[in-house]
Amino acid sequence: MSARDGLSPFGVTALTLGFAFLYLPIVILVIFSFNESRLVTVWAGFSTRWYVALFQNQQIIDAAMVTLRVALLSSTIATILGTLAGLALARFARFRGRTLFTGMIYAPLVMPEVITGLSLLLLFVSLDWDRGYWTVTLAHATFSMAYVAVIVQSRLVGFDRSLEEAAMDLGAPPLKTFLVVTLPLIAPALLAGWLLAFTLSLDDLVIASFTSGPGATTLPMRIYSQVRLGVTPEINAISTILIAIVAVGVSLATLTQKRQLVRRRREEALARRA
Amino acid sequence: MNGESRAERRRRRLVVAVPYLWLALFFLAPFLIVLKLSFAEVVLARPPYTPLIELLDEAGSLYLQVRLNIGNYLLLFSDDLYLRSYLNSLRIALVSTAITLAIGYPMAYAMARAPERARALLLMLVILPFWTSFLIRVYAWIGILKNEGLLNAALTGIGLIDEPLVILNTDWGVYIGIVYSYLPFMVLPLYASLEKMDLTLLEAAADLGSPPWKSFWSVTVPLSLPGILAGCLLVFIPAMGEFVIPDLLGGSETVMIGKTLWAEFFNNRDWPLASAIAVILLLLLVVPIVLFQRQQAARGSEFGK
Repeated sequence: MSARDGLSPFGVTALTLGFAFLYLPIVILVIFSFNESRLVTVWAGFSTRWYVALFQNQQIIDAAMVTLRVALLSSTIATILGTLAGLALARFARFRGRTLFTGMIYAPLVMPEVITGLSLLLLFVSLDWDRGYWTVTLAHATFSMAYVAVIVQSRLVGFDRSLEEAAMDLGAPPLKTFLVVTLPLIAPALLAGWLLAFTLSLDDLVIASFTSGPGATTLPMRIYSQVRLGVTPEINAISTILIAIVAVGVSLATLTQKRQLVRRRREEALARRA
Repeated sequence: MNGESRAERRRRRLVVAVPYLWLALFFLAPFLIVLKLSFAEVVLARPPYTPLIELLDEAGSLYLQVRLNIGNYLLLFSDDLYLRSYLNSLRIALVSTAITLAIGYPMAYAMARAPERARALLLMLVILPFWTSFLIRVYAWIGILKNEGLLNAALTGIGLIDEPLVILNTDWGVYIGIVYSYLPFMVLPLYASLEKMDLTLLEAAADLGSPPWKSFWSVTVPLSLPGILAGCLLVFIPAMGEFVIPDLLGGSETVMIGKTLWAEFFNNRDWPLASAIAVILLLLLVVPIVLFQRQQAARGSEFGK
């Protein structure tokens, strides 16, 4: 059999088992959020009572609002800072302290969260900042900007610079060139980066636990404290809602990106013919 | 011309300076504070630690007193709990990385050899769980793994076992949790290196009479080494400091260093000791983190070509 024959039975088995492993737990979690019974292992009929209970749970709603505000603001800050960092990494081959800079971009990607959380908390304490909404937002912006930077960088290195040069040759000042030519071209990367930063913030338990204060309990912190008391269908329900939001968001982002890709290919083809 | 390049320089400096200063303040400086605090002593106060440097006025003479407490580090190396936490984390992270590689490699291999039309979909299927909440995905396993959970119900149902398997609150729960959570991080770099592999090399090997398994070991595996390294580092480094998985799926016996750090900080309010734990953990991770950065930087410049 040649290597080009496509999927072997072995490959099909590996993928089936692999994806079953990745998806079954999530599917089971979603199914049992609609369970009539409080037991999460015995099916007792379809019900939406846990969703109703959820919307009457003021603590969960408050936590969701805090999380949403933190995620919206931190992902926006992370996108701005991460875009600048990605530009610096992709475009400026040499500047003073570049090694340190690259280190500070890549390290947060793998840094254990307990270390990041503890170190940021100690910073806020030394600066005598009150812990709460703002400190969590700053912490989230810091660790997610690294992800945005990497996404923007990889988009920029595969980027045709002749378009920018053409704009400059036609007399566009650098800032205008950036806004009119570069930014629209890297926009899909910015959107992907923003979405990733948003979900990272939505998801984070450890760093938020360290850097948050009274009155700024995030949704993962609330979920975690309930999970420690046991598995309940209410948590399955809130999990299902979060999964649905992410699934819709990611599909939308993928679709827009794909549509843009198709349009760009068509335009390129037209340009070549012309 | 000269003026323009000066403006250009100023603009470039600004692009670099803003993220640079931000990271210096919120990423680098905090580590120095952790290092500093690991030499402090815990006290009942707010904040709960002693200053390292104090200006003392004793009988009219001024003293600048620097007190470095090395007791935290001595404790880490003498108390069994901390040594056990570090060694356990190392063992669990290594074993989970190996299992993740064993599951991830066949998946990535199959994806890379799948028809081109299917690849984008398969890729998205691998990435999607990564976007869903980590906490929720770990939580999902509790209902499956516990003694009266779904896995045991299914296994007893088909008559495979009589007694429920005890998986939750053991090391096995932690292995399953880590492998499950980090599998996409392993598959993606593996796929990237396997996908761009030149398949004619395998054909050449086959033409020269090499059996498929031999070509696999002597051609495919060596060529995918960068992917293997990246994937293993992406799993191993965060797994070493993992807190949520051992806390929710592991038992009281499963001490891992992330959990110990958390307990010292939140339960015992011993910030200096928690800082010392973090410093040693970071020292253990310096080599893998630098390896990871080297590789990422190399990949970045490779794209540029």
